[in-house]
Amino acid sequence: MSQQTLKVMQSRDLKRTTSKQNIGHTLGTVGIYAFLLFMALVVLFPFYWMVISSLKSLAEYRMSKPTFWPQTLLLSNYRDAFTTANLGRLFLNTAYVGIVSTLLSLFITIITAFAFARLDFKGKDLLFAALLGTMMIPGELFTITNYITVNSFGWTHTFTALIVPFLVSVFYIYLLRQNFLQIPNELYLAAKVDGTSDWKYLWKVMVPLALPTLISITILKMMGAWNSYIWPRLVANDDMHRLVTNGLRNAFKDTSGEVNYPVQMAAVALVSAPLFMVFIFLRKYIMAGVSRSGIKG
Amino acid sequence: MVESKQQWKAWLYLSPAIALLLVFTVWPIVNTVRMALLEDYSIAAASGGDRVFSLGIGNFVKVAQYQNFLTCLKNTALLCVATVPISTLLALLVAVALNSIKPLRKTLQTIFFLPYVTNSIAIGMVFAAMFNIVGSVGTRRPNIVTLGIINNVIEFFGGHYVNWINTGSSYWANMIVLIIYIVWNALPFKILILLGGLQSINKQYYEAAKVDSTPRWRVLWRITVPLLSPMIAYVVITGFIGGFKEYTSIVGIFGESLGPAHAPGRLNTMVGFIYEALEQYHQGRASAAALILFAIILVVTLINLQVSKKRVHY
Repeated sequence: MSQQTLKVMQSRDLKRTTSKQNIGHTLGTVGIYAFLLFMALVVLFPFYWMVISSLKSLAEYRMSKPTFWPQTLLLSNYRDAFTTANLGRLFLNTAYVGIVSTLLSLFITIITAFAFARLDFKGKDLLFAALLGTMMIPGELFTITNYITVNSFGWTHTFTALIVPFLVSVFYIYLLRQNFLQIPNELYLAAKVDGTSDWKYLWKVMVPLALPTLISITILKMMGAWNSYIWPRLVANDDMHRLVTNGLRNAFKDTSGEVNYPVQMAAVALVSAPLFMVFIFLRKYIMAGVSRSGIKG
Repeated sequence: MVESKQQWKAWLYLSPAIALLLVFTVWPIVNTVRMALLEDYSIAAASGGDRVFSLGIGNFVKVAQYQNFLTCLKNTALLCVATVPISTLLALLVAVALNSIKPLRKTLQTIFFLPYVTNSIAIGMVFAAMFNIVGSVGTRRPNIVTLGIINNVIEFFGGHYVNWINTGSSYWANMIVLIIYIVWNALPFKILILLGGLQSINKQYYEAAKVDSTPRWRVLWRITVPLLSPMIAYVVITGFIGGFKEYTSIVGIFGESLGPAHAPGRLNTMVGFIYEALEQYHQGRASAAALILFAIILVVTLINLQVSKKRVHY
């Protein structure tokens, strides 16, 4: 066998294995896409079902073979949902609590994080470690006493009870402090030379530089108000102060058996809509905030 | 001079946070321990005036003997043990798959994150609608109007419908619905974290594997998983912590009765137990249960850390 034929055979062999690998690879890629699309379907299906159920008439919903697209679009379910669950009032209450608590919480978080990042005082490291330590304790442990405290302050059935106990979040302070620490010291010293006060430096320089973190905090805090259920039900479960999640659950008590699902699903869609809007426009900030926090709301 | 001025100023900046923390964080820690250790403590009895509570572990004993508490503990533990491995494995597969494709990646990533930005009560109601049988089952004369979408899919593939959440449904059928919902809810956070971890793995490992034409599954098992292990440990730990605090998912699907109509309270959890005790003004018992929950979370986290110390590559 000559040298040349050996070479040809070798290269043929090589080609065969690579083409075999290629087929395997393509099959693998098809499999990956099939898996991902199937999972995406599983994730999206409840949302799809919510929307189309909310548009069906009750008679259509009760057909023994469910339709995958409403025969007639019934928008009046949304009107009924709005009035049945008194959603207008619930939305206003939640927006009020969300906005006030976010603004106050941001203010406290900013000045506290500033003190930990820029100012020097005795026991700073110890205090900060103690703060972080409280993050390990489950919230339920605080709730019991806070419920008693709020009662003794006479705050039951007020918005104050919904806002004040949650103004300080150790996690947000930690997040913002880390961000403040990244701002170069030289800026601070230069400002000092110019005679800028700490207070002015904080609001004119540091806060604008930490804006992305502050936006993340704002969104997570608002989502928290929108989704909170246990505490509002405990301390402010009256018509004037009820928040949206609690109100939704209250308005539609039954989940199995004979239920008017189209109206219920319309209410659920209305409650979910603001969250989706926020997500669509501010996805980047939410995902950045969440990947660092690991907490829901 | 300047030194002391800065000290004074720092405490001024810190004062709102410290005041609020003292009232709503530090005092609750102290008070919870106090209430748990006072026999039969309740605010009503305490405010009555001269009643003196003796010190003891009676609250803990009572909680542990309470049948209802054992049910709650069992439900919580079962949900944790089932949902954490399933959701972690699924999230890992999705994250690895997402990381290996180019077209559609951003779109799919957004879709997989969607369940995170939902209200767990609201979407729980959607899941209830999907599993519910409209009409009446489990009674003497069942009158089924429609089986619901999930049962229709099951029948389409030749199976027999299941009574998932209605009157007469079995405990395990209820649990399966809860597990599906909790896994669905837990996926986005885990995918986000794991995908972030995958993107920081050095590409050289994969190129070396390519040269050796290592099959995909072995790359996954021998390269990706070990290098990703810190992130996996993180999502497992946070998953267990979240799992032990499970409550709102159950309210979302079953309502405040926490079970199907014929067995209310059957699916209650630890957190639910604490709130029930609180609403019945048994503050001592609630405190003891909260401390038990804290201890369990602490122990499970420590075990997780211990295991991951041996297994995790840093």
